[in-house]
Amino acid sequence: MKLTTLTIAAVMAAGPVMADLVFPSLSYRTGPYAANGIPFADGYEDYFTLLNERDGGIGGVPIRVLECETGYNTEKGVECYESTKGEGALVYQPLSTGITYQLIPKATADGIPVHSMGYGRTSAKNGAVFSNIFNYPANYWDGASHAVTHILNENGGDISGTKIALVYHNSAYGKEPIRTLEELSAKHGYEFLPIAVDHPGQEQKSQWLQIRQQRPDYVLMWGWGVMNQVAIQEAANIRFPMDKFIGIWWSGSENDVLPAGAGADGYKALTFHNLGKDFPLYDDMQKYVVDAGKAAGAGDQLGTALYNRGMYAAMLAAEAAKKAQEISGVADITPAQMRDGMEALEITEELMTEIGLPNFGPTFSVSCENHGGNGLGAVAQWDAGAGKWSLITDYYQSDQDIISPLVAEDSAAFAAESGITPSCS
Amino acid sequence: MFYREAGDFSTTYPQDSQTFPIKFDRYRYYVVLVIAFGIIPFIINDYWANAVFVPFLIYAIAAIGLNILTGYCGQVSLGTGAFMAVGAYSCYKLMTAFPEVSMLIHIPLAGLITAGVVTIFGLPSLRIKGFYLAVATLAAQFFLVWLFNKVGWFYNYSASGQISAPQRDVFGIIVTGPNTAAWAKYMICLVFVTICAVLARNLTRGTTGRTWMAIRDMDIAAEIIGVNPLKAKLTAFAISGFFVGIAGALFFSVYLGAAEVGESFGIDKSFLVLFMIIIGGLGSIFGSFAGAAFMVLLPVFLKNVFVGWLGWPTDLAAHLQFIISGGLIIIFLIMEPHGLAQLWRVAKEKLRLWPFPH
Repeated sequence: MKLTTLTIAAVMAAGPVMADLVFPSLSYRTGPYAANGIPFADGYEDYFTLLNERDGGIGGVPIRVLECETGYNTEKGVECYESTKGEGALVYQPLSTGITYQLIPKATADGIPVHSMGYGRTSAKNGAVFSNIFNYPANYWDGASHAVTHILNENGGDISGTKIALVYHNSAYGKEPIRTLEELSAKHGYEFLPIAVDHPGQEQKSQWLQIRQQRPDYVLMWGWGVMNQVAIQEAANIRFPMDKFIGIWWSGSENDVLPAGAGADGYKALTFHNLGKDFPLYDDMQKYVVDAGKAAGAGDQLGTALYNRGMYAAMLAAEAAKKAQEISGVADITPAQMRDGMEALEITEELMTEIGLPNFGPTFSVSCENHGGNGLGAVAQWDAGAGKWSLITDYYQSDQDIISPLVAEDSAAFAAESGITPSCS
Repeated sequence: MFYREAGDFSTTYPQDSQTFPIKFDRYRYYVVLVIAFGIIPFIINDYWANAVFVPFLIYAIAAIGLNILTGYCGQVSLGTGAFMAVGAYSCYKLMTAFPEVSMLIHIPLAGLITAGVVTIFGLPSLRIKGFYLAVATLAAQFFLVWLFNKVGWFYNYSASGQISAPQRDVFGIIVTGPNTAAWAKYMICLVFVTICAVLARNLTRGTTGRTWMAIRDMDIAAEIIGVNPLKAKLTAFAISGFFVGIAGALFFSVYLGAAEVGESFGIDKSFLVLFMIIIGGLGSIFGSFAGAAFMVLLPVFLKNVFVGWLGWPTDLAAHLQFIISGGLIIIFLIMEPHGLAQLWRVAKEKLRLWPFPH
């Protein structure tokens, strides 16, 4: 009798009795990158919790977030992918360029979309080749161009003869912007100096000694995890002017600047969404999630840069799911319908205001030819006294004259390598 | 009772020198082979292949390779990760340069290239040993990772420095790339693991293996009785490199599909394989399998128990998993320094006397 009850309970728990929308969260709350992984994962999960609590899910179908710990490790990422894909996972957001590279062929073969928001393989922007991979609203090459444009604007449009160094994580992630920065160097006439930092980046004395010797005018950074904190601390130690030190969006969270204290004041980082918690959505978040005791993790990350980014990622996924429901006419969508929804996604200012995030991110629309949005980004600056980030520019577009040919070239190489015929039918 | 030599008569020399002298062991071995080749391929799914069997089989090859060098020949190596990278990158270069050639040729070739590289890094072993040799192989680890990161030719000048395995087949069956069936992945690894294990087993109980063990036990004494240390040490490095290279090639092409040298073949990998042979048992082929199984399956098992069944938070589960794995390693090293293989040996001795111990 008891056994029968148990079996029935197990079947009820395991079987898809109730329809639900599964959003796997390949998070990392452990390891050298945990300080960055935790706020993102919390934001991602909390937004879906909010939708469940307030709206009863998306289109009336409840959301189930499947969390799986990757530790930023590709092998564990593979295990997580395999263990969650059978549950009807709608979209993967691994928050790791290495895992994204693993998933690009696998997920394409399985027909599941991947959204690598501001990371992953940049040329996935070309949806004719990368049918299931999306990287809107901005990518690394956009980021490289945003940084250079910002430097151009600061110097009245002429930076020939200046020297720009790039401190980068010596991995696929860190190497991504090099090609773009080289092309931009040819166009604008600055001297480019790449400086690699090996995983995990706790030791950077020699790199910053090199910066002291070579005296670059600007330093850009492509770092992640503990590497960011160390680099900002080292820059403060050698009294490098912080307003000439610009990080990519992954090097611009509170965790990165707080350890350096007042020394980090004026440090700049790129971003493709707004910062802080001054948005109507946060009222709902407080009411339905935090006060109800349903916040993910320790619940202390609200309003941090990476929490906002996780929330933004979840918001884009939820909007794409709504779009997919609208297109297909069914509420319980499949990964293939989700993919179509992502490809038809259109983010407008009205939509964001309706969600409760006015002026939170750039407006963009996705199409088969363009899986990467319009390449809009902005620069944020850290105010150590007030302890907060604030945007110091409007959203501006990256140099498409440089980036579009690079995207076309790299995606064509991928298509040739893997035998894909680019098509947008 | 049933586990003993009595009544099992050898009538020929080959019978007398077979790997499993006890009938029960022999049958058990055949049963394992039948299950592995005849049953698992038909029931395996993507999860079991990618999360359990394929990594287990590949790590078993790497552990056999390192066991030959460290367990049988006594030369400590901390460069296994980088040597796997040599296999992976040679396999990648071969796959992209000769797309029409079968993977069954590319993978052993990658093994041969690795054997050459490892032999070069093994040359210092003729002069130094112990900790000093470990440091020399550690240098190999860092040098090779740096090399594969630095020189664009190795990764065909791709923008990110990642290598991705294109789709390749064996007799028309796709074995690499995203469209590979779970059973095909499993089978190619199983075929290589079986060949490697049989090869290693027979090498280690023949002349070559005996010279290795002589060098391991006391190199001066070995030299006096006529073992050539140059030949013994370098063959150990070369053959170990061959196996590790095959493991690296499979690891990249069949298991991961895309790899990045610092992340996939870093120093952690060297330590992981070293832990496998220490836990499994130095100088034992069975120990290589047991150690690989322990290190691959335990985290997956714990994760499924904590997160899948108990529904605990993933970070708590991940931290507990570190504590449990680490604790078990320490307990093993204290309670049974000779590893799982020794437990197995003791169990067999007990079985042989059962049910009438002294």
